[in-house]
Amino acid sequence: MPVRVRMPTPLRKFTQGADEVNAQGTNVKAIVDDLEKSYPGIKERICDESGKVRRFVNVYVNGDDIRFLQNLETALKEGDNISIVPAIAGGY
Amino acid sequence: MSFVTGLQCRECGQEYPKEPLHVCETCFGPLEIQYDYDGIKKSMSREKIAARERNLWRYRELLPIDGEPSVGLYSGFTPLVRAHRLGKVLGVRELYIKDDSVNHPTFSYKDRVVSVAISKAIEFGFDTVSCASTGNLANSVAAHAAKAGLNCYVFIPDGLEQGKIIGSAIYGPKTVSIKGNYDDVNRLCSEIGDKYGWAFVNVNLRPYYSEGAKTHGFEVAEQLGWKLPKHIVVASAGGTILPKLAKGFKELIKVGLVEDTGCKIYSAQAAGCAPIINALHKGTDLISPVKPNTIASSIAIGNPADGYYVIQAVRESGGWGESVTDEEILDGIKLLAQTEGIFTEPAGGTEVAVTKKLIENGQIPRDELIVIGITGNGYKTLETVAASVAQPFTINATLQDFDELFHQLQPAANMKAVAS
Repeated sequence: MPVRVRMPTPLRKFTQGADEVNAQGTNVKAIVDDLEKSYPGIKERICDESGKVRRFVNVYVNGDDIRFLQNLETALKEGDNISIVPAIAGGY
Repeated sequence: MSFVTGLQCRECGQEYPKEPLHVCETCFGPLEIQYDYDGIKKSMSREKIAARERNLWRYRELLPIDGEPSVGLYSGFTPLVRAHRLGKVLGVRELYIKDDSVNHPTFSYKDRVVSVAISKAIEFGFDTVSCASTGNLANSVAAHAAKAGLNCYVFIPDGLEQGKIIGSAIYGPKTVSIKGNYDDVNRLCSEIGDKYGWAFVNVNLRPYYSEGAKTHGFEVAEQLGWKLPKHIVVASAGGTILPKLAKGFKELIKVGLVEDTGCKIYSAQAAGCAPIINALHKGTDLISPVKPNTIASSIAIGNPADGYYVIQAVRESGGWGESVTDEEILDGIKLLAQTEGIFTEPAGGTEVAVTKKLIENGQIPRDELIVIGITGNGYKTLETVAASVAQPFTINATLQDFDELFHQLQPAANMKAVAS
């Protein structure tokens, strides 16, 4: 299941500077594992030791935060867009 | 002269040089400014500060710029108001309002963080400044950019109050309204910042920007005669100001400007958007994002980036937090206006209502010094209170009409007033 993944600046050194890459998988977890195969080392930047998404990383599927979906188990379909975005401050 | 030694990741401790960076490349943790506190202790004194201009730059050793400040020369040093009448209603002995509703030039606490961020943006050589905003930040960035002669783009969620939209547009920035909530705006801005290389004050300049929030606390301490309050209540949205108050108080202790007398810090949120209070009450560090649904638009952030640090700072200080309904928020706005003559926006109403709740449920004792940090101005959000204030009485321009009206309004006082 090919999907597009948008990379934030801090991860682009793994992707040779590419801001968007393709990955294969039926859910978000499988995509992260697939990214790790293509870009070794990238998984531990996104997930902590227990395999959960790091506290300061937000992952979106078609603009929706995966914490409102099924987290890493969120199912994907062909052509979905995933964004990996660092958390950002605002308000008070 | 600067006392900044560099940036450091709050999570994994990795160090970085002074650059427009905001997240750790290793763990995505936020970067924090590091200072040479020994140097600051030698250079900073109460007397030296007292002799300086009454603006936020009077604490410049503890702010992250290298040269002379170029922006915000009239921002900060807002009044610390002794609130006798509100204190009486709440049944407490010593209450103060730190009134950032009259901050220069755009009437919110944001003029502090933006003064620092744009001064730093100019030092870094940026020609375009930008922000993701619930309104107040956009107002402040647009105004300071105009004064500094910089290009400006501001990004806001659609559906904001007119006062906040026009309050940005008047300064001539490019205002972009995003179909979605603040969290959607934020996500987009992170991607725009990456691509366009602008100074996003709350994205790539976040470590510098957020340091400006400390000055709210520095001023409270100085205005109390260089002592810490026993209790301080502020609103939390993304989680910027509260942890920075905590950091600022620690710094004042470290550099010898105040004694460590202990200050409990309390977080205030609207019940319709309380991800931080929910986690605090559950006793967890894990914040579950929410979809905001409250009239308090300036604090309607469902996915608070620094929420974790709010919880840490509250717990470490021995404080607590509460959330209040929209109805309680409106009552809070009216209570502050009708006892202290200060008109705040719904975020400020939240702060007042939460303080009331914390006092009533015994979390804040009645006989100790309490400060409420009021962060924004009610004249920007008129439509949120329009339906809950009295309409004017319309009469003909005759004394007879007024006599009749007066009789209706105050029947008991009527005879006496007419007789005299």
